[in-house]
Formats: sequence, structure tokens, C-alpha cells
Amino acid sequence: MGIDARIVKRLPATRATAAFELNIHLRADAGITVLFGSSGSGKTLTLNCLAGFVRPDEGRIVVNDELYFDAAAKVNRSPQRRHCGYIFQDHALFPHMSIRDNLLFAAPDNDRRINELLEAFDLTSLAARKPAQLSGGQKQRAALARIMISEPRLLLLDEPTRGLDIQLRESFYELLRQTPERLQIPIVLVTHQIDECLRLGDSICFVENGRISQAGSRDAVLAKPASVEIARSFGIYNLLPAEIVALDPRRNASVLHIAGQEILGPPLPEQRSGDRGFLCIRESDVAVAAQGETNRLTLGIVGSNASPHGIRVQCDSQFCITVSQAQWEQLRGSVHLEVVLPPAAVHFIG
Amino acid sequence: MNTYSPVDWFPLSLSLRVAVLSTALVLSVGTALAYLLSHKEFRGKNLLDSAITLPLVLPPTVLGYYLLVLVGRASPLGRVYEAVFGQPLVFTWPAAVVAAFLHSAPIYIKAARAVLEGVDYHYEWAARSLGASEWRTFWRITLPLARRGLTSLGMLSFARSLGDFGVTIMVAGNIPGRTQTLSVAIYDAVESGNGHLARIFVSVISITALALLWSSTYWSQPTRPSSAA
Repeated sequence: MGIDARIVKRLPATRATAAFELNIHLRADAGITVLFGSSGSGKTLTLNCLAGFVRPDEGRIVVNDELYFDAAAKVNRSPQRRHCGYIFQDHALFPHMSIRDNLLFAAPDNDRRINELLEAFDLTSLAARKPAQLSGGQKQRAALARIMISEPRLLLLDEPTRGLDIQLRESFYELLRQTPERLQIPIVLVTHQIDECLRLGDSICFVENGRISQAGSRDAVLAKPASVEIARSFGIYNLLPAEIVALDPRRNASVLHIAGQEILGPPLPEQRSGDRGFLCIRESDVAVAAQGETNRLTLGIVGSNASPHGIRVQCDSQFCITVSQAQWEQLRGSVHLEVVLPPAAVHFIG
Repeated sequence: MNTYSPVDWFPLSLSLRVAVLSTALVLSVGTALAYLLSHKEFRGKNLLDSAITLPLVLPPTVLGYYLLVLVGRASPLGRVYEAVFGQPLVFTWPAAVVAAFLHSAPIYIKAARAVLEGVDYHYEWAARSLGASEWRTFWRITLPLARRGLTSLGMLSFARSLGDFGVTIMVAGNIPGRTQTLSVAIYDAVESGNGHLARIFVSVISITALALLWSSTYWSQPTRPSSAA
């Protein structure tokens, strides 16, 4: 059960846009695969090709062992025969129908199941209302209920929480987390939001300029972003220019030269001494140095601002660390900050 | 003291009959063509669009001439019509329907295309992904969402169908009691110096057109949700 899609789609240049080529090979199992990347990188186009709304120029799409598209064999299954549940940014609930009629459209003559789903999604009292009379969260639940009743074999979500507040997003994440267990189908989620990516993704495909530049399990991708651009896009890493000054396979370590200081890094079997690149470490893995701790780096403090998790301190080279209010009180007035970089959390991007 | 002869209302009843049938034709054939132009990509699409627009820019006499050639008794189409209906098309009241259709369809199709393109394609895509065929999607989603715009355009078409003169007189002629529509009757009344009749028919057609335009504008207003949770 899963997706194996090779998709090539070329969009010619127009007066407003440059020519674009999507050329990806997407593999996904049951569970949630996140397509992450900047706007215009081809994420939504990928969903539209999977759903059958856009015909690829080349490639082959197989979902759950069923052939949806094969350019060579001239196979192109129509959207209604693909059974893809698609949740759009705007939910696309039919505005001229009540919520019950929206569900009836997806499953005519299935009143019992409709009532069950209305109940399950807490929509029973709203069933006679039209979408314009619902709040954002209610619309979202109705869209998901409509998808569920159509019994999809693949679920595609295009930024489903865009424009929603944190509470509504949280409740949607909760609903969505239960969906793979209920349906046992592959789910492809397009998002720009790192928290959505971290909360929901079982695997991540990083899409950049129409290509998948990194794919893997969520933990693998987040532990080792393949490039500085990917790390920057996630927005959760500190990146510091670094040079490898020593490699020590016997100690399973390396020594990195950063801003005139040396710190211990992970073993780097594919690198050579003298290679330059970037030290990459998640902000959450960095801590203010306590007495006796090793592998310290001293950085100048540039500024600070409040964040949901404490005080975010900005240092030289755009290095950031979030500290508690108490820690910040101790640091107040200091021009330098000593941080600890655990070698196991350090990743070197060459 | 002037005495007026009683008014023969046949031109009005014929014009209404012609306008109703022509509008029905425009709504069915025109909507199908507008859907084709708004939702499909095919070779010759621009040519079809131009051909549909052509009656808007050609003089009525030229259009009338084309129709006479196309559906005249000597043409293949004219012969087929005569074989099916037992009478020729030209210089009969159904010819006035064809003329009115030609007069009103181009504007309807061009505007209906824009209306159909204005329906958010996400609704249509959502319907397709929920298992609906293109036909079901059209009837259940596209058409209801475009209903206000198309209704408004239908009213405009009706008003235009009432008012055709040039093509009608070329292909249906001016036979009182048989093919004389309201606009042709006005021309006839003015020509024969019957100002009273001309004024009555002019007033009727103007008031009808104004009422239709008002209704059309009313129907084209977007509705706002009555309440929002």
C-alpha cells in the first residue's frame, strides 16, 4: 500500500511567470508524507497530478498497486476513478448545498453512514447549515467528513490549516492524526508550516524548484538536512560557517573551527580535513553552558525578543538560542553568551 | 378628432413566441458552447470563438444573406428542414427564431463563458475527486453556481431577441399576420405613416426591455450570506 509516482510536467513561460518543470519521483507508504518547500516549488502541482486534475507530460503513477497514469502506455484514469480525497486550502465545500447535502453528494443513498460521520465530527446540529454559515474549524471538519464518506484510497491535503488560529489547527491535527489509523491509506500533505510538518509527518519530501532534493523519514531528514537551503527553509536550525580542522575516526569525532574557536563534531567519514561548510544544529539542541560542560562556543549577543517558549536570544552569525526568563535575567547586561553544542546533535553540511 | 383603428397585437405575440424559443435555444446551445470554450482545450478553439463573435460585427444584411444561402430552399440544410417539417424555413416565423438566435447568441456565449470561468474550479475538482462524472459535476455544481449570472444573461438574450430587425426582415420577411414581428411592425407603421401604432409598439418594446434589463441587473447582484457563525 503506497504511492510510486514519477511525474514530469512542463509549464511554458507566460507573460507573468517563467517556464517551470516539475520532475519528481515520489514514493510514500501508508501514513502521512509531507511535501515541504517554498511557494512555487511544485508541491500543489504534484498533488494535482496525483489527483488527475493535471495531466503529466511524462511518467507513471501507481497508487496502492493500481495504475493511475502511464504516459508510455497512454493510461490516464479520470479524477473520479482515482478515489483521491482532496482537501483544498479553502475546503471547497459546495456553497449552494447544506453540509448534509455536501456529504450526500459524495455518498448518495447512504444516510446511515452520513449520520454516523456527522456525529463523529460533531456536525449533527450544523447539518442543515450552508458552508457560509460555519466557522473555519467547522468547515474543516465538514470537509474531512465529506472526504471520509467517499472512502478514498489516497488523501491529498493542500495547506489545510492555512489562515486558521492555533486552537483550530491543533484540533485539526488531532483529527488528521487519527485518519491514517481509520483509513489505512497514504496521505500526502502540502504545507509551509514547520510545526505542521513536525507534528504530522511520518516522512518528509523537501521540494525545491520542481525537484525532490531530500526525502526520508521525518527524523532522518530533520537530523541531517542535505543542504544549507533545506536547513534554512525549515527555520529551526542554527547554521555557522565551519572548517574541518581534524578528523579522528578512532575517537569517532571531528574537530571544527568556528568563529576562531574549536569544537568537537560528529565523525565525518565522507569529508576531508580542510573542507569548509556549515555547522548545522537544531535550536532546541543548543543550551546555555553550565559550569563544567565541554564543547562550548562563545558568541556575541546581538539582541533578544520574546517567543512562545521563552526569550529568543540572537547572537553573531544569526545564531539563536531560546532561554528561560530566569536564564535571561542572569544574562542581562552580558555581551557574550556561552553555549554548549552536543557533538551528537551537530551536523556538518559540506 | 382622430379616430384610431383597433391595434393588431399579432406582432407582439409573435415577438414573444420568437423570443421565448430563441432564448431557449440560446440557453441550451449557447451554454453548451460557453462550457466548451471555458472548460476545454482543443485545436481550433480560437477560431470557434471568433466565428461565434462574428455576428456581432457583421452587418445584419450580410448575416441575413448568409442565412438565406445556408437555409434557403435550394441549400442542403433547407431541403432537410423542408423534408422534416413539410414547409420551407425562409419567410416563415421559425426563420425569425433563427434570426433572433443569431442576434442574441454571440453576446450570451461570450458573457456566459466568463461566468462559467468565474466558477471556482476547486468546487468542480472537489466534485470530480468525490467520484462525480463531468456531466454530474456540470449539473450539480457548475450550473447552480453560475445560475445567477446565466439567468441574468438569459434575460438580456430575451430582450435582444425581441428587438432584432435586420436579419429577421431578410430571412423571415414582413408578412402581416405571419412573420411580422414587433420591430418589423414598427418599421412598417412608420413607413405607412401610422404614428399611433408606432408609438404603442415603441412604448411596449421599450417598457419590456427596461423591465428585462432591471431584472437582469437584479439577478446579477451577488448574494451575501444572511448570517455567519
